[in-house]
Formats: sequence, C-alpha cells, structure tokens
Amino acid sequence: MEPVSEVSGRAIPFGRKNIDTDIIIPAHWLKTISREGLGRGAFQALREDPANIFDQEEFKGAPILIAGDNFGCGSSREHAAWALLDMGIKAVIAPSFSDIFSGNAFKNGILTVVLPQEQVDRLLEVARTDPINIDLTTQTVTTPFQDRFAFEIDPFRKHCLLNGLDEVGLTLSRDEAIAGYETMQAAQMPWFAKGTGLAA
Amino acid sequence: MKRTIFEKIWEQHRIEALPGGVDLVLIDRILLHERTGGIALRRLLDRGQPVFAPDQAFAVMDHIVDTFPGRSDKTLMPTGTEFIRMTRDAAREAGIRLFDLDDPAQGIVHVMSPELGIVLPGATLICPDSHTCSQGALGALAWGIGTSEAEHALATSALRLRRPKTMRVTVDGTLAPGVTAKDLALALLGRFGVGGGSGYVVEYAGEAVRALEMEGRLTLCNMGTEFAAFTAIIAPDGKTLEYVKGRRFAPTGAEWEKAAEQWLALASDEGAEYDVELSFDAGDVAPMITWGTSPQQVVPIDAAVPAVGEAPGQGTESAQARAREYMGLDSGTPLAGLPIDAAFIGSCTNSRISDLRRAASLLQGRKVAPGIKAICVPGSTSVKRQAEAEGLHEVFQAAGFEWRESGCSMCFFAGGESFGPQDRVVSSTNRNFESRQGPGTRTHLASPETVAASAIAGRIADPRRIAS
Repeated sequence: MEPVSEVSGRAIPFGRKNIDTDIIIPAHWLKTISREGLGRGAFQALREDPANIFDQEEFKGAPILIAGDNFGCGSSREHAAWALLDMGIKAVIAPSFSDIFSGNAFKNGILTVVLPQEQVDRLLEVARTDPINIDLTTQTVTTPFQDRFAFEIDPFRKHCLLNGLDEVGLTLSRDEAIAGYETMQAAQMPWFAKGTGLAA
Repeated sequence: MKRTIFEKIWEQHRIEALPGGVDLVLIDRILLHERTGGIALRRLLDRGQPVFAPDQAFAVMDHIVDTFPGRSDKTLMPTGTEFIRMTRDAAREAGIRLFDLDDPAQGIVHVMSPELGIVLPGATLICPDSHTCSQGALGALAWGIGTSEAEHALATSALRLRRPKTMRVTVDGTLAPGVTAKDLALALLGRFGVGGGSGYVVEYAGEAVRALEMEGRLTLCNMGTEFAAFTAIIAPDGKTLEYVKGRRFAPTGAEWEKAAEQWLALASDEGAEYDVELSFDAGDVAPMITWGTSPQQVVPIDAAVPAVGEAPGQGTESAQARAREYMGLDSGTPLAGLPIDAAFIGSCTNSRISDLRRAASLLQGRKVAPGIKAICVPGSTSVKRQAEAEGLHEVFQAAGFEWRESGCSMCFFAGGESFGPQDRVVSSTNRNFESRQGPGTRTHLASPETVAASAIAGRIADPRRIAS
C-alpha cells in the first residue's frame, strides 16, 4: 500500500446524508471479479442529472469527497471503496461513517476524516471555490481561509496509513500469541477450536 | 466487575492488546459466499498465502445463483458463472467446506449457518456480508466485514479491532397478535433512525425479545445493519440451547454439557453498564410497512405517507421529497390500498420455516390477485424440504406463488433477475433503496404476513383483517 501523509486539493462538496453503498456503486457494477474501472459506475444514478456535482469540470479528479452523516451505510461491498479510489478519491470527510465502510476505506488506503457537522458545513462552503488540505501527521484539516479543524484517528490506522503497512503481515508476526491462545481455547472451549474436524 | 454479554465474548477472544487501543481478537468461524467471499479467498491464494484454519471456514452459494428450478452454474446475471466457478475452485484449493448448488444443506448463509450449528453461542463469526449481524440472535458475536478484512481473518484467524461501544435496546410489553419480529425491527428503525446504532454492539433485551422464538430473533438481529450497528446480539437462554442442540456442527455429549453451561453464563450481568440504553414498548407496534427508500421511512400499515415536516426522524425533507418522487407517492396517501405489481417472500430476513408457515396460513384456500407476480424463495434447501414435507409448497403454488430453489434471489438486483421499472413490490426483505430489486423498482418492506395478504388483495393490505 502507498503511504498517505497529506491529501491536498479540490474537495467535492457533496454533503448528502445516509449515502448507501448502492448509491456509491450500484450492484450491477459488481459483475466482474476485478476492481479496476469501477469509477465509471460511481454515483451513477446521481450522475444521470447533468448538473451533478461529480461531473463539474472543477471537481473532476478531486482527491477529497465531503459527505453527510452515515456515509457508506448498506451492504458490505468493498467495491464502494474501490470505486472511490478509481475516481481518484484519497480522503472522505463526513460527520460519521458506517463501520464496515470506514474499515474498507482504510484497508484500501483511503483516509476517512470525522468532523462535527458544523465544521463539515464550513468545509462544504469553502470547497465550492477553494482547495482543502488534510494533514494526517498533525491530524488537521485546513483551508486557505485560516480554518483549522483537528480530527481524531485510530493511532493504529494512522501508523499503517503513514507507513503504507500491510495489516495481514503485521498480524502474522503475532503467530506465537495466536498459537498460544488456540492451545488455551482447545482446552477450555474445544467446540470452537481449530482442528476439531468441522470440515470433515 | 459486571459485564455485558459483548464484553464477556470479547474478553474471552482477545489474544492480546496491541498498542493504540486495538485488540487482536480470535475469529472462530469464517463464512464466505460467492459474491464477495470467493474474491477474498482467490486474492489470498494468488498471493501464496494459505488459509490459517480451513476447518473453521465455510463457503456457500447463495447470492448469485439463480433460484429457478433446475438451476445450474449458468446464471441470469451475465458474469455470474465466473463468480460461482471461482468460489468453487478457490474453496477446493484452500480445503474449505463448500455447500455447493446441489448440496442438501445449501442456503442463504445466515439461514444455513444457524441450521447447521456453524454459528454457536459465544462464538466470534465473520462473513463479508453486512447481514451477518443476524447470527447474533444465537448469542454469538457475528458481524459483517469487507473483502480485505475477510482476507486478513482467513490468513490469520484473527482481526485487529477497536472495541465497539455498547447499547442495550430493551423491548418490554407484548407484541399484539399478527405483529411480528419484522414489524418490531421496522418500528425500531422508524423510532431511532438508520444511524441510531452506529458504532455500537446493540443488545436486544426485555420480555418481548425473550418471548421471540429463535427465528424471530434472527429476523430482529438481521436488521441491525440497517440500524448502522457494529452488530446485534441477544443473550442465549433455554430457547437458544434447545435450538442449537443436535445440530450438525454443535458439540455433543460431555462437551455439550460444558458448552451449555458456559453459554448460559454469557448473559449480561444484572447491573452491567452500557454506553447507551434505549427502551421501547412492544405493545405500540402495529404491522409496519415502508413508504420510502430508506428502512427508517416506515409507518404502521393503516397510516399514510408522512406530510412535509411530519416525520423529522425519517430523513431530511429533501431526502423524503426524493423518496416520495421515486416511490410515486404523495404525502397523505394511505399505504393500505395502494395497488401493487409484485409480492416477494424470501431473504435472510424472512425466509425461514416459521415465516413460510405463517404466510401459508393466510394463503390457504385463497388466490393471488390477477396480474400480480408472486414469488416465494425458501431461505435454504432444508427449509424448502421441510416446507414440502408439510405441504406448504402446494399452498403457495395453488395460491399462485412461484416456488423456488433457495438463495438470496430478488432481495437485490445484481444484473440478473429483477422486477420492472416503477413496479410496486411488497417484499419481506431488508432494504428498500432505490433500484435495490431492479432498476426503478419501488420496494415496500413488510412482514411475510403483510406480503401474503397484499398478494391476495392485489394492493397493500393489513394481514390482521384476513383470517388465517
């Protein structure tokens, strides 16, 4: 994964609440087992409106999306994150995210930034005309107009994003701890344990 | 220290605390389906990474397979065959048990897993599918994840997680006759909103929850994801044990005795603290039906589409206006009596044997109204077999319902079978998003009883007015 420390540029001032993964990428785009090219299907229903924000010249290729509450709700499809990535989105700012979506975004190197609604409203206003900067190192979002909003992020996610680390590799390095747990589990809760022949 | 059921399971499965407030948590069961699971498995194998515990993972065909009688690897979804074969090959290569198209135990993953005792009380279980929360009904910590996290769990049998917050929703009182777990789930969404459970493990408790049979509990927990919850859970009790005992992958003999004792001890301690507590009176619930394009846009079946400003908890005014337009409904229009085009009984929400029995009792001796497309898709091949042994298929077919093979079917449109544009469908499923069941299709979510009653009437109908 590529390290992410700063995302800077135009931000799509979208702002709608409860955007579900069916809106981000309609199910009929999930026909291939590849993850490339999904950007063309992103927000397809909304883009049927010629005046939609995504296809305005100034927002094409914008690296940031500003959304409303509960962004990414609905199905667990990781295609939602892949579609955003394919559109060129590297960070999403919203007052809240669905848990599955923010996990999927993180695993694909997309930064999700949670800010209070009034700060998101301010950014929606700025984004119409000017760029926005997200600095992961200092955990701040800034605008050319001296706005400076601090955000919280899980320290582990921050560490992985800044260093482009692969989570699976990190967990595999804990193999002794996992094996130790499994020995204990096989004795105390054998009905859950590895090697109980469930697949037989 | 008083603990909730969630805290007990979490602490039992915590391998170690990692820096930054993250826990490494052991995963007992991994479920995969051909829509998302095959991809996770394939990507892992292509990187040369073996599955850590293949005997704790299970794969099933449910999402993409057709549900027509005589189905095969060929699908209406143009590229469906590719998903089916990829999943089959990857499962074989990884040594994972697959419940294939023709397996007598095949079914929707959240229907067949409880049936087989794959999910057990106290287990940690993940599946790359948002409705995995259904399985919390057995007192397991079961939640939906994405493809990358599924790869992680397959490779390591563990996940790195931040502990979610806890919420208890206490439902006291009694559900009125003709009012079901589905109506309760919809009423909770109408009251507390689709973002209400965000970030929480939601424990359903109270006398109305304890009074639900296991299949009703599965329906209630199923819609935990519509509530934006991390997952939903119900403490195991005597009904849970009775349900699990004797299932194919459940422990037996002395192990069963030991397990049963541990599982009953999982119930939240009296006085355990939650981050948030909500309460709800089951007596207030009527048969519910959605009017819009979000599960929170829901009203009692004898009510009307809310007027502007009348339902502030059901989405912003602009979202409600858009929903009314999409659904072709004006505010103030009564839901009951709206002509429909189709009726659908199926999905991981409502396709179990008790759902089919209740729907059949309304359909017995009656006919679906002329011109209505009516479909029943049993949740698993076992449910189908049981229904056929009871003669329910004859009731459905005599009434004019299609009787299908099991699978997710038309709960969602993925390029295969669908309802038509502007078709008004009453559906026992879980999502009424725009185009969920077909491009432009208008979905009204309701209980199987309401679907059956509406199919007979040819319009949205209150099942309480039809004697079963």
